[in-house]
Amino acid sequence: MLAEAGNAMDATTAQTAVLTWRLERRPDNWVTRLFDNKKFLIGLCLAPAIGLLVVFLTYPLGLGFWLALTDSTIGQRGHFVGLANFISVFNDPVFQLSVFNTIFYTAAATVGKFALGLWLALLLNHHLPFKSFLRAIVLLPWIVPTVLSAIVWWWMYSPQFSIISYILVNVLHLRSTYINFLGSAWPARWSLVAANVWRGIPFVAIITLAGLQTIPPSLYEAALLDGASPWQRFRFITVPLLLPILSVALTLSTLFTFSDFQLVYAITDGGPFNTTQIMATLAYQVAIPGSELGQGAAIAVAMIPFLVALTAINYFGLARRKWQQGPANE
Amino acid sequence: MSEAAAGDELLSWDSRARRVVTVYVPLALFVIVLLFPFYWMAITAFKPDSEMEDYAHHSPFWISSPTLHNFSVLLFHTQFPRWMLITISVAVGATILSIFCSVLAAYAIERLRFKGSTHVALAIYLAYLVPPTILFIPLATMVVQFRLYNSPLSLILTYPTFLIPFCTWLLIGYFKSIPYELEECALIDGASRLQILRRIVLPLSVPGLISAGIFAFTLSWNEFIYALAFIQSTGNKTVPVAVLTELVTGDVYQWGALMAGALLGSVPVALFYSLFAEYYVSSLTGAVKE
Repeated sequence: MLAEAGNAMDATTAQTAVLTWRLERRPDNWVTRLFDNKKFLIGLCLAPAIGLLVVFLTYPLGLGFWLALTDSTIGQRGHFVGLANFISVFNDPVFQLSVFNTIFYTAAATVGKFALGLWLALLLNHHLPFKSFLRAIVLLPWIVPTVLSAIVWWWMYSPQFSIISYILVNVLHLRSTYINFLGSAWPARWSLVAANVWRGIPFVAIITLAGLQTIPPSLYEAALLDGASPWQRFRFITVPLLLPILSVALTLSTLFTFSDFQLVYAITDGGPFNTTQIMATLAYQVAIPGSELGQGAAIAVAMIPFLVALTAINYFGLARRKWQQGPANE
Repeated sequence: MSEAAAGDELLSWDSRARRVVTVYVPLALFVIVLLFPFYWMAITAFKPDSEMEDYAHHSPFWISSPTLHNFSVLLFHTQFPRWMLITISVAVGATILSIFCSVLAAYAIERLRFKGSTHVALAIYLAYLVPPTILFIPLATMVVQFRLYNSPLSLILTYPTFLIPFCTWLLIGYFKSIPYELEECALIDGASRLQILRRIVLPLSVPGLISAGIFAFTLSWNEFIYALAFIQSTGNKTVPVAVLTELVTGDVYQWGALMAGALLGSVPVALFYSLFAEYYVSSLTGAVKE
């Protein structure tokens, strides 16, 4: 490069200067050469992450399938029993109930948190005083350890001392008796859904808000000039432009709700009489306290088809996004 | 956004009253509902037992004679300080390990550009979608085999499985924003690849590192199912597990101590979050947009 700029004489001096400088700075031993070898460097950089993921994620995933085919218990390697675990699990009414509960819990909680989260995002997108402060405190339910907030919900659902019942009965006078939130099947299920929605609203709202802020204001101005109503502006501008980010958030959220464990474990632990048992809590109960690792693994493996289906939706959501943005972008 | 709102006010005949009804009232309700459980947690933690369950004589929304009794029970009659220490060391250990792995992996994927780098990136993304609930049973058997059962080390080694995918994706996004020219200049000046990573890429992606770090820290602090399944002895439990399993004894729930435990267990995360709220929001939205 320097040779092009100056005359030949200057170029040679400059080059020797560079060369000597390089020699001073970098002793050309085999270690340096090894670290400048791109293939070696790529391997070195990827090794820790890939290694950890293979040992503690890929291998246990496979091991889970294997355990589901054995009669292993804690501390004892089992023998291969074929599909016996799956057959006995699928015929178990508690498992069937848990599948129903998981699907109900996921569906109801997802609808709730997306409807309310979207609404909250639209509210936060207005001109507001203390906007960033509001945005920060709204995210709190999502930050705090789930189990600890679940314990608070448990306390709020207490049959005798529920503050929710107190507000409904003694403050608002809407009811005359205290609600037994966790005492029977359907109230308990809805109570869990409410706690999950409470925790999920901030996640949806903050992500949707980020999506809303990328929508150019000129679109709304153009729609206003064309005489579009607020609903039409929402339906034909906001929704289509939010769809890509919503589809990602939706699938992540359904995936994590479906595989939720802590909230249910802390509030009802599957009770009363397994009516709020979801697949994850059942797998835990069978495998760890019940020490039937094989059966528990079979229940966990039975979750995989559902998760794959949800991931496939995510993939098509992403593919749709790529197509919307056009090939030039990324 | 500001223009849209301004245009909104000019063009559509939004009256002030209407704005109050459609924006401020619902927003206030949202904030009250979202924050009430924390208020209830805090106020219960400071209530004496006599007020806790006597709504007829004491308004449940306020405390007549606040007490630190619940906290002293927690701090001096349980192993709470030890659980806190264990949780902090597990979270810090898992975070450092994950950030180290993620920085290298993200740099290789985004900057060393090799054949199949997009496939590696996709595989790491897919790893994020594997939930701990389907892994904890096989992992429990591995933990027993490695003789790590009851040891916090088992958590430090397993948490990166959900932290690395997230952090790597976050950092790939940050590395993308650093101009190639800087790296090329450094290469011409004779810097090695690792020097470039240390002297140029890392200093420029400090915001990304902070985001990834606080995210990893809070995720490890909140983790529950591995900590429940891999640790049995009271002394080695993490705060979320210990509050639930050690403070609920028998049929009589000590709500005061439970709420004090929940409060103390949430405060570090909330404090951490309040210091870095902006990073947090940007990392949450950035990772999903990626």
